[in-house]
Amino acid sequence: MAKIVIDGETYEVDPANNLLQECLSQGLDLPYFCWHPCMGSIGACRQCAVKQYRNAEDEKGMLVMACMTQATDGMIISIEDEQAKTMRARVIESLMISHPHDCPVCEEGGECHLQDMTLMSGHNYRRYDKKKVTHHNQYLGPFINHEMNRCITCYRCVRFYDDYAGGTDLAAQASHHHTYFGRHEEGVLESEFSGNLVEVCPTGVFTDKVFSEHYSRKWDLQTAPSICVGCAVGCNTTPGERYSSLRRIVNRYNSEVNGYFLCDRGRFGFEFVNSPERLKTPQQTVNGAVTELATEAARLLVHEYQKAGAIGIGSPRASNESNFALRNLVGEANFYAGVADEEFECLQVQMSLLQDPVFHAPSIREIEQADAVLIVNEDVTNTAPRIALALRQSVRNKAKQLAHDCKIPQWQDAAVRELAQRELSPLCLFGNYATRLDDVASDRLIAANEELIAVLAGVARAIDTGAPTQAAPTSRSELVQRVSAQLKDARRPLIVTGSNAGVEVLRAAANVARALHAVRKQAIDLCVLAPEVNSVGLAMMTPAGNGLCAALQRLKAGVATHAIVLENDLYRRASRTQVDAALDKVSGLLVIDQLPTATTAKADVLLPATSFSEHEATYVNYEGRAQLSFQVHRSHSQALPGWRWLVTEPDLAVNALIQSCAESAPGFARLSEVLPDESVFVAGMKVPRQSHRYSGRTAMKSNLDVNEPKQPVDTDSILAFSMEGIPSQKNASVLGAAWAPQWNSNQAISKFQDEINGELKQGSVGTHLVQRSASTGAYFPLVTKTSASAAGTLRVAIAHQIFGSDELSARSPAIRQRMTPAYVGIAPSDAEALGLHAGDRVYLGDTGATAIVSLRRHMATGTVAVYCGDEVDRHALPTALVLRKSDAASGPGLSGLIVSDRYEEEL
Amino acid sequence: MQFEVGSALSIGSILLTVIVVAAMLIWVERRLLSLWQERLGPNRVGPFGLLQVVADMIKIFTKEDWVPPFADKLSFVLAPTVIMIVILLSFSVVPFAPGVGVIDSNIGVLFVLAMASLGAYSVMLGGLSSDNKYALLGSLRAAAQMVSYEVFMGISILGVVALAGSFNLREIVLAQADGSWFVIPQFIGFVIFLIAGVAESHRLPFDIPEAEQEIVAGYHTEYSGMKFGMFFVGEYLGLVLISSLITVLFFGGWMGPFLPPIVWFAIKASMFIAFFILLRAAIPRPRYDQLMTYGWLVLLPLSLVNLMVTGAIILSTQ
Amino acid sequence: MIRLLKDTFTSQVKTLWQVFMHAFVKADTVEYPETPPYMFPRWRGRIILSRDPDGEERCVACNLCACACPVDCIALQKAETEDGRWYPEFFRINFSRCIMCGFCEEACPTNAIQLTPDFEMAEYVRQDMVWEKEDLLINGTGKYHDYNFYRVAGMAIKGKDKGAAQHEAPPVNVKSLLP
Repeated sequence: MAKIVIDGETYEVDPANNLLQECLSQGLDLPYFCWHPCMGSIGACRQCAVKQYRNAEDEKGMLVMACMTQATDGMIISIEDEQAKTMRARVIESLMISHPHDCPVCEEGGECHLQDMTLMSGHNYRRYDKKKVTHHNQYLGPFINHEMNRCITCYRCVRFYDDYAGGTDLAAQASHHHTYFGRHEEGVLESEFSGNLVEVCPTGVFTDKVFSEHYSRKWDLQTAPSICVGCAVGCNTTPGERYSSLRRIVNRYNSEVNGYFLCDRGRFGFEFVNSPERLKTPQQTVNGAVTELATEAARLLVHEYQKAGAIGIGSPRASNESNFALRNLVGEANFYAGVADEEFECLQVQMSLLQDPVFHAPSIREIEQADAVLIVNEDVTNTAPRIALALRQSVRNKAKQLAHDCKIPQWQDAAVRELAQRELSPLCLFGNYATRLDDVASDRLIAANEELIAVLAGVARAIDTGAPTQAAPTSRSELVQRVSAQLKDARRPLIVTGSNAGVEVLRAAANVARALHAVRKQAIDLCVLAPEVNSVGLAMMTPAGNGLCAALQRLKAGVATHAIVLENDLYRRASRTQVDAALDKVSGLLVIDQLPTATTAKADVLLPATSFSEHEATYVNYEGRAQLSFQVHRSHSQALPGWRWLVTEPDLAVNALIQSCAESAPGFARLSEVLPDESVFVAGMKVPRQSHRYSGRTAMKSNLDVNEPKQPVDTDSILAFSMEGIPSQKNASVLGAAWAPQWNSNQAISKFQDEINGELKQGSVGTHLVQRSASTGAYFPLVTKTSASAAGTLRVAIAHQIFGSDELSARSPAIRQRMTPAYVGIAPSDAEALGLHAGDRVYLGDTGATAIVSLRRHMATGTVAVYCGDEVDRHALPTALVLRKSDAASGPGLSGLIVSDRYEEEL
Repeated sequence: MQFEVGSALSIGSILLTVIVVAAMLIWVERRLLSLWQERLGPNRVGPFGLLQVVADMIKIFTKEDWVPPFADKLSFVLAPTVIMIVILLSFSVVPFAPGVGVIDSNIGVLFVLAMASLGAYSVMLGGLSSDNKYALLGSLRAAAQMVSYEVFMGISILGVVALAGSFNLREIVLAQADGSWFVIPQFIGFVIFLIAGVAESHRLPFDIPEAEQEIVAGYHTEYSGMKFGMFFVGEYLGLVLISSLITVLFFGGWMGPFLPPIVWFAIKASMFIAFFILLRAAIPRPRYDQLMTYGWLVLLPLSLVNLMVTGAIILSTQ
Repeated sequence: MIRLLKDTFTSQVKTLWQVFMHAFVKADTVEYPETPPYMFPRWRGRIILSRDPDGEERCVACNLCACACPVDCIALQKAETEDGRWYPEFFRINFSRCIMCGFCEEACPTNAIQLTPDFEMAEYVRQDMVWEKEDLLINGTGKYHDYNFYRVAGMAIKGKDKGAAQHEAPPVNVKSLLP
């Protein structure tokens, strides 16, 4: 630690950092624009000028840019110095020269970093009376609005979009005061992280288009800490509600999980909550006649089902509480996992890996530290996008190492990049097809599963001679040697794989990690991705052997006559014929869900469930980290949280249920640790969900009745559905929207951090549920299903889409605009052999379904990547497929797929 | 002159007149106050706003008659009726004119004083039974104030009694028949009685028991509806009573030339009522301690001296 | 005792006399419905929404009035026309809560919301004091005749493209490198 003097006060700072970062860490107010906690300094905006003195006698001092100056021991600086203040006021005055008079009609207004900094710097009167520079805007797709006039040229957008997130279609154009940030032509921003531009841009150039359609100011939104339900990463979010509809989602900082960024699925895929299709009332269907039920009557039906010995089918998108309540209701033996059997098997393997102390499930922060990565048959960008962004950072560790060797501080972003040029840490992609991370991959192996397993076995064997190998070793010995050496020599190697890889490949990948452990004798980072938000929680809850097929068998055989399906569309989990056969037999099907699905159409009793923002819940992410998501707003229909339909006491508090889950569900013992410590809140006061500036309280509902209703009381949590209570200024575990005096934008988060990029003060990063038990120490035996593919058939590899593969976000209008119909991706050589062209429509074997042909250069020959969309029954697909061209006219082909950026464009 | 004692018609008409006059005083007071404050006062309801009283009555009758759950029910209900009853009873001995009165009592003056003492119970009961700290403070102040001022109120009129040689109010009036109103020999007694009378009826400036700037509304804070109305009208009844007594004791009652006796009485009493309202318009409320000091250290010695001097003069002239 | 008597006459009796003499002074009261009072133009009375000189709604639904309102009696929702103008989808003032403080007018960046000298706003039914945009919007510019927000702001709307607002140069050609 170094001691520096700021305005006469002595502070302890970290000498590895720059002055700006350390001033902010100390809670001091120093204006800045171009610096970003995650992206370092480039010294572009000149806004953070401070006075530096040579020694205690020096009275004159000199102006330095805090973000470009290392904090060194004994340094004397002044923020409040008149000359420094004048400098900052003049700098912002010149930055504002062409800024339009837009604040009232700007979505950023009220949470604008530029507004905050202008106020903080003391510039309040416009002296420049010449003409302002103006720009034309571009259409940037359904997510982002462009208003280029507002730009102050801080370069944060391109630094994030290109340098950090690996985008290629946003760039700085033109020169001097004409500098323009946009695409080379109008069109959809391709990056799956484009939504972060809204938060990264310090002013209103890039704004949230989805939010703008039903816009409210930041202070008018009712917010609470929540968890994204888009995938298994469990990013922390802050949803905002107004006038009974969910308006937007912004990032909520969690030092271990998502940091400062979200993916576009998480940010824009929330609007299913507002869908007019949402189920609102309990319904009973008797002989085709639908009757609406009162809540109490519906509850009684649930108990009738229980008495009838119903089996329960849980869901990976339901909370732990709902799954637990269902398991309690039907009994452990009757509780089945509501996921496809292959997936369930993968999840169980994942559970065994999570329990094995040989492995370590890395958080996103830890993934960013990996300096050799092996990704095995998982399209991370499309299944867990935030992890892909972290992997993209991990390859920069080479650059960081080089900078360290040259004694260049890590925050000198431009210098570090300049030094490293294209030097990247090794990142090796093994898969059936190339993915979006291709552009940072050092090695690629595009092959069918059999070969992947063989190569993985080879790599494991090359690392540890004790690893099992195959009878026929792979011919790719050069690749095997290179990858095994990279992993062995790395400071922190990382293997990434997932449930979508297939259980055999997953095991083979785990063997590589085990081999690394055998030689390195330390826990090896093994990141196994799960498919949905609570897949891991469901796997922990479900007894082994209770897969979906077993449940369907029981129903089909008539052993069980009644079934309760919790927030699950069975038709997405098993083939239509299988599900139909089972559901046609049951005499009672009770479905609890938020939106109508194919399963709800078959329900005898249909109970409406609340969405993620309408209830408090816990979810377990891919690492086994349980996180608490608070209720943001109330549901105004008869919908109840899934568990509330299933418990016997109608007034049970959710916290009590979480406690009882922690006590009685095996593996969940630490679940209650996610609950906030209520003793730290002032005098038992609630924490308001509404900001102190929340407006319209006495007018919002006055058109219905001029007499204001009593403020709703939240009996479940420490939060209140009103402005009443003590806002969470210091306790970040219940922090909704971050706000601090003078800091209205999301940059206010620095006021809640221990230090910049550190943990939140008293913040909760979640609780690891899975206890490491003793290691089995044994390698998985290698099993390869040799699918002897007949001539003319192609092996099926399932493809995923960030926009579309997730069931709920795919119901959001903005996401729908980015979704593609079902397609098959095939290698050009295969296409040529079959006489297919991009855009052709083909029949998928004899399933009767059709899909559009997309040519993929980096695709294993003899393999077809099938993206099923809504149209194709994924579980009905055979393992090998014959493609037949249909008579339908071929279209122009698909564009905007988030696949392998570097190569797809060339076709 | 003989009273037609027990004449139901007489009693009824006096009762009615007194209550109506008291009620109308609400309007009179508001109009007079506004006159002295350069305003107009109530002038919307009926001609000159005369029906304002009716409007107020309708309002007060239709208000929710609420007894606080924490109050002592019996005394809470009893208190406002006590003040009405004692003041109305006091009127029974007042000779308004020859032949107009209820009782021709030989101990009229004592009766009035006795009734005034009973009035203190009303205020105290009301305050205590409300179980409200402002009401309690108000009733404590009222008790102290009324008990204190009663002393020299009584002493101050003993001079008149001595001069007239009777406790009978009618005879006191007749003793002034020659035009020698007792206000002249008993000027000091008159002033003391006037001040004590204001204090007894806790009118401004001596409305310390209900000083709204300090203790909300004092002893009747918790009262509403008709029960509050009774306190309210009771205060005006007290005002009429004190004015009538001053007229009787010091200003020759109904005596006067040309006009009928009852008219003279009404004119004289009205003058004093107007004077009381002027007091309210002009003089600010003293502090509680000032009131007590003034009573015990100034008025009491003064009234005793007055009594002794009067006695000495009467003895020396006999 | 002498001093007391002196004080009584110089203070209390004098006061009584002076107050009594007020009886002969003309009353100051204005008899309101018969004699309408003069209302100053900047009187803070009934709130209206004005239109700009082109006859379009001035309100851009920026929410600042709602935020400034100390009794939170203004509620509105932003919407956008095809050509990019912001406008309130609904704009509601609950006059039964309004305290006529005028903060909304001060906060308004477009001079849309204005307080007028009309103060006769009583209603027999409280529900009638809730006014919607249709009730609030007038066909005029109110107190400020010339101001047109969109002529100053940088947003493009119909009839005013980029670079056509006050103090604006025409949009730059991104492909030019000329100074």
